[in-house]
Amino acid sequence: MHSAILPILIPLIAGILLLLAKHFGLKNQRILSVAMIIILIVISFLALPQVLQNNPVVYAVGGWQAPFGIVLVMDRLSILMIIITSLLALGALWYAIVSDTDKRGAHFHVLFHLQLYGLNGAFLTGDLFNLFVFFEILLLASYSLLLHGEGNGRTKAGLHYVVINLVGSTLFLFAVGTLYGILGTLNIADLAYKISILPSSDVGVVAAAGLLLLVVFGLKAAMFPFYLWLPGAYSKTSAPVAALFAIMTKVGIYAIIRVHGTIFSDNAGELANYYAPWVLNAGLITLIMATFGAMSAKELKNQIAYLVLASVSTLLISVGIHSVAAMSGAIYYMIHSTLIAGGFFLLSDIIVRSRGQIRGKLIKAPLFNNSVFIGSLFFLYAIAIASMPPLSGFFGKLMILFAAIDHPHAGMVLTVVLLSGLLSIVTLAKTGSQIFYDTDNSAEPIHAKITNKYFPPVLFLFIFAPLMVIFANPITEFTQNTAEMIFNTNAYIEAVLNISTETRQ
Amino acid sequence: MEILLALIIAVLTAAGIFLILRARTYPVVLGLTLLAYGVNIFLFAMGRLHIDKAAILNNNAEYTDPLPQALVLTAIVIGFAMTAFVIALSLKAYSKFGNDHINGTPVKRKDK
Repeated sequence: MHSAILPILIPLIAGILLLLAKHFGLKNQRILSVAMIIILIVISFLALPQVLQNNPVVYAVGGWQAPFGIVLVMDRLSILMIIITSLLALGALWYAIVSDTDKRGAHFHVLFHLQLYGLNGAFLTGDLFNLFVFFEILLLASYSLLLHGEGNGRTKAGLHYVVINLVGSTLFLFAVGTLYGILGTLNIADLAYKISILPSSDVGVVAAAGLLLLVVFGLKAAMFPFYLWLPGAYSKTSAPVAALFAIMTKVGIYAIIRVHGTIFSDNAGELANYYAPWVLNAGLITLIMATFGAMSAKELKNQIAYLVLASVSTLLISVGIHSVAAMSGAIYYMIHSTLIAGGFFLLSDIIVRSRGQIRGKLIKAPLFNNSVFIGSLFFLYAIAIASMPPLSGFFGKLMILFAAIDHPHAGMVLTVVLLSGLLSIVTLAKTGSQIFYDTDNSAEPIHAKITNKYFPPVLFLFIFAPLMVIFANPITEFTQNTAEMIFNTNAYIEAVLNISTETRQ
Repeated sequence: MEILLALIIAVLTAAGIFLILRARTYPVVLGLTLLAYGVNIFLFAMGRLHIDKAAILNNNAEYTDPLPQALVLTAIVIGFAMTAFVIALSLKAYSKFGNDHINGTPVKRKDK
């Protein structure tokens, strides 16, 4: 019965145990760290049938019933996010161990698990203030992980990232305070119910608080105009951390779907879905900016950071389209883009290490060892992240585009998404030929000590792209049901508040 | 009393925003602190202002809303930890770059 709290408790316990295990040496810490992530993956997969059976699983912490106590709600969307997070974390941690990133500073494993603790908490909580607390936990862990290792660029990007997120936290508190002051509750389900009976004199204030929340979540999701921190932070940090951060932007998207989707649903009267046009337009602008950013990037990791931004803005667009079909496509694309973006960061680190002094600079350079194999991997990843067939990104984007046709602004959405897709293919083709074909053959090839142990984590994260195509039918069935559940907010409210919405009125 | 409290929140927030937009880390940290003060008072005020009411629920029906107080306490603790972290980080940046500019590269003024 405690399956809803286990994904939060396991990383917390892992973090504490790893802190104690420091005396037993790095090797034992590594074994414990990987073991705890595997336990987390097993636990989340074991919880899956339970969620499918009685959807959603509601867990009242301390036995206090909602809306008085804090509840954890595990539904299809949150369990899916937890599974993606733990799979991505396994890949990132694996690479951190083989590349010795965890040796370059204290407490890497501890912080890594505390980051998962914050992430899983944010995915499971059913309370707005509790969401704030879990945001702070995951942010504090991410600040330390971002700065892990050395580098002046890392300190500068870290400072910007910390300050902008602290401002975001303050805005979050202002929004939470306003909502509590007007509605007298912070439970997401109860908020949704209270908004459906809101007197029209209070509509303006609640609308402002809702948009303030959108700013906060948009900041996490790197939505225009709050995306400027992302390329710096992602390209300067170490590869495993950047890979894990691929899920951090998705937390913002998740929060928009969960909080705005539930509170300002069709039942919200005057405020029904008023946030959707904002998300759609901001997503379109972010996509344009991300594509230009990727095209003009002079450094490989910076370019990949912009491609991550492009995938996030595609998700924002499909959330903004606001239909069951678009949401289903968004969830499918979210699984794909998170795992592939994470793997691409790891691969870019291999390329940067292989090129020695030239690092990630996109200039003509001598060839390096093993470039055929690394080049093939780059080709596969580029196909996946540019959403070309036959890999999973194509199907995700196709679902989103099909859903967009019914939208009033279909022309604009289709033009922007397709053109940016074309431009990112051109960009990746240019980058690939610059690194692997147009090489300086007169110079000696670069010899870097990249051993075969670097590749399994990259392959592990890639394997999900073909797997998602092979199992596309059950996965789309799952995403379709999940999307229907997201739009059926009454079921969520009834499950959390344990009463039927009709009798309450 | 409402106007006074509203003015305090407004001044703290405005000063905080002004300081955050400065180019040196120390004013930025101060600005973040002021913003945190402003939001803490704001959260507290969201339980409505009461005079002569019990802070804790007892037999008397007259009591203030205890939830904002709990929220403010949590927010203060988190804000305190974050301020400590950002101060440590700006000290690290100062020792690395040799100056306290937010980008690590101060813009030289022509009039000096």
